[in-house]
Amino acid sequence: MTKKQKKMLIRILVAALLMVILAFLPLQGMIRFLFYLIPYLVIGYDILRKAWKGILNKQVFDENFLMSVATIGAMIIGLTQNGDYVEAIAVMLFYQIGEFFQSYAVGKSRKNISELMDIRPDYANIETEGKLEQVDPDEVEIGTMIYVNPGEKVPIDGIVIEGNSSLNTSALTGESLPRDVKTGDEIISGCINMTGVLKIQTTKEFGESTVSKILDLVENASSRKSKSEDFISRFAKIYTPVVCYSALVLAVLPPLVRIVFLNQPGNFSVFLYRALSFLVASCPCALVISIPLSFFAGIGGASKEGILVKGSNYLEALSKTDSVVFDKTGTLTQGVFEVSAIHHNKLEEEKLLEYAALAESASSHPISKSLLKAYGKEIDRNRVSEIQEISGNGLTARVDDVFVAVGNNKLMKKLHIDFIDCHKVGTIVHVALDGQYAGHIVISDLVKPTSKKAISALKAIGIKQTVMLTGDSHTVAQKVASELQVDQCYSELLPGDKVSKVEELLSQTNGRSHLAFVGDGINDAPVLGRADIGIAMGAMGSDAAIEAADIVLMDDDPMKIVKAIKISRKCLRIVYENIFFAIGIKVFALICVALGIANMWIAIFADVGVMILAVLNAIRTLFVKKL
Amino acid sequence: MKKTYKIEVDCANCANKMEDATKKTDGVKNAVVNFMTQKMIVEFEDSADVSQVMKTVLKNCKKVESDCEIYLK
Repeated sequence: MTKKQKKMLIRILVAALLMVILAFLPLQGMIRFLFYLIPYLVIGYDILRKAWKGILNKQVFDENFLMSVATIGAMIIGLTQNGDYVEAIAVMLFYQIGEFFQSYAVGKSRKNISELMDIRPDYANIETEGKLEQVDPDEVEIGTMIYVNPGEKVPIDGIVIEGNSSLNTSALTGESLPRDVKTGDEIISGCINMTGVLKIQTTKEFGESTVSKILDLVENASSRKSKSEDFISRFAKIYTPVVCYSALVLAVLPPLVRIVFLNQPGNFSVFLYRALSFLVASCPCALVISIPLSFFAGIGGASKEGILVKGSNYLEALSKTDSVVFDKTGTLTQGVFEVSAIHHNKLEEEKLLEYAALAESASSHPISKSLLKAYGKEIDRNRVSEIQEISGNGLTARVDDVFVAVGNNKLMKKLHIDFIDCHKVGTIVHVALDGQYAGHIVISDLVKPTSKKAISALKAIGIKQTVMLTGDSHTVAQKVASELQVDQCYSELLPGDKVSKVEELLSQTNGRSHLAFVGDGINDAPVLGRADIGIAMGAMGSDAAIEAADIVLMDDDPMKIVKAIKISRKCLRIVYENIFFAIGIKVFALICVALGIANMWIAIFADVGVMILAVLNAIRTLFVKKL
Repeated sequence: MKKTYKIEVDCANCANKMEDATKKTDGVKNAVVNFMTQKMIVEFEDSADVSQVMKTVLKNCKKVESDCEIYLK
């Protein structure tokens, strides 16, 4: 509890105690009024002050004003008529209890959510003069050696120089299986070192490290407001003046009508009382607090599962998604290619692979990496020159004075080289030396174990259309598509084609439903930006993905897409529940009060009770584990 | 230019009011007040004198919500 909250609690208790004591004192007339004024001021002085300041600053219509007018009015009715001041004080007291509860609940959930994301490392160990010293991660320069003991968080991204260990990445990914690291592996900050001491050379500053980026993202997420939030703040702006004027009308019009038209006594005090109750019931707090709280809790719960949502608006958009477009490589498949066959070579297999690997040595494409891996020996870069990448086709280079062309069918056609197609399904990399066809290497990619389950789960939760886009050959794409039972599949697309394909699919959707694109985030940035919602997966350590996507899945599991959609739907369901529930009860209570069926006690329930229920409902969003 | 400030405000509606008041201040291009994280992100016009603008922002916010606080670093 903060200082403010403690003070409030004491005021509530003191006022309540005074009320109890006063109830047993036989006081009459003015004395009674003055005594009851004490608890009234104890509990309400700040509200009265704020209302007064509001009037001075020409900001008349707010809750403080509503409460002040209602309670002062009730006090005056008490003074002039029946000597009942309890109602006015009770209204103020309950209002303050409501505010207190709200501030406590919100503060508590804010703390809970930030604890969920408690991955900020407090220190880094560096070695000075043979001793380990703890320093602020912000002060560690790039290239510094840091040590991470078992049980400590990895503070900064880097490369393991010495040591073996298992890492717990659950804070980042929601994945409970530990990840093993050894010397030479890249390591990202935010993981917890579990078994052995690691010596790490940092490759980034703390501010640029994964952990800082994620924290920044999550903390700023709820600043991007959703349509529901905008709706509520606009609603509140019109709502308060409207109820104030309605209350005024309620106080003045019916008595006048009675006197002028019905020749009856005006009963001014009855209608004044009704108007005041009307004001009490009308507070918009329940709505205004519970909607952002729901989104905040939803985003917090999702991040615990390794799903980072960049804003409430994206959570809202995701809940309306009915088509999901996937990139194949790295998203539905593992993106780890392996050389599975080498065919038609006039040369030795080794030699063919060597030429291909050397030519591709500068490329970061997954296919190049797999060639290098299959080759398995040191690459002497000095042997390679004149490297030319032809996007979507392959590349050409000069290796030891031999002109090497490595790429797909398109490249061979372009260079007018006769090639022999392969009967095997996989990615075929043709190799030509000095314009002569030398053979091809077959590389295949494995489908992720959960991909199929994810596609059928998406269909089960009502996603109408699943589409796969790939730059890969038609045969490979068809095989994967039929294995996974994706609805549509488009193959042999260049990066630019993917954008136009997504645009085409977007034009087919109507305005209400949304299209999500899921990519691995490294080379899909333009498509991620173009789709209604861009989801990047496997983003641990990839800055590009965190930049480009709206939703970032920290690990590679396609099932997380299903989970993200479920979380967003739950969140939005609670948001709508709160909107309808709060507005519904309010309107009902307002009508009852206006007709004189309900008194101020019902009115205070409509205000405080509804708010407490709405806040409790909003907090439910946080629980997403079982979705 | 964008800057983030820590704020203290008790109710969500008051946060909305602060956001409005800040947006209307001269020299402010756009502003977002985040009630849940108690932060305020202000985007300034290029020519604006940040510390001067923020003083006015604080004054305007105090007008709409006397109980709020903005921590100008």
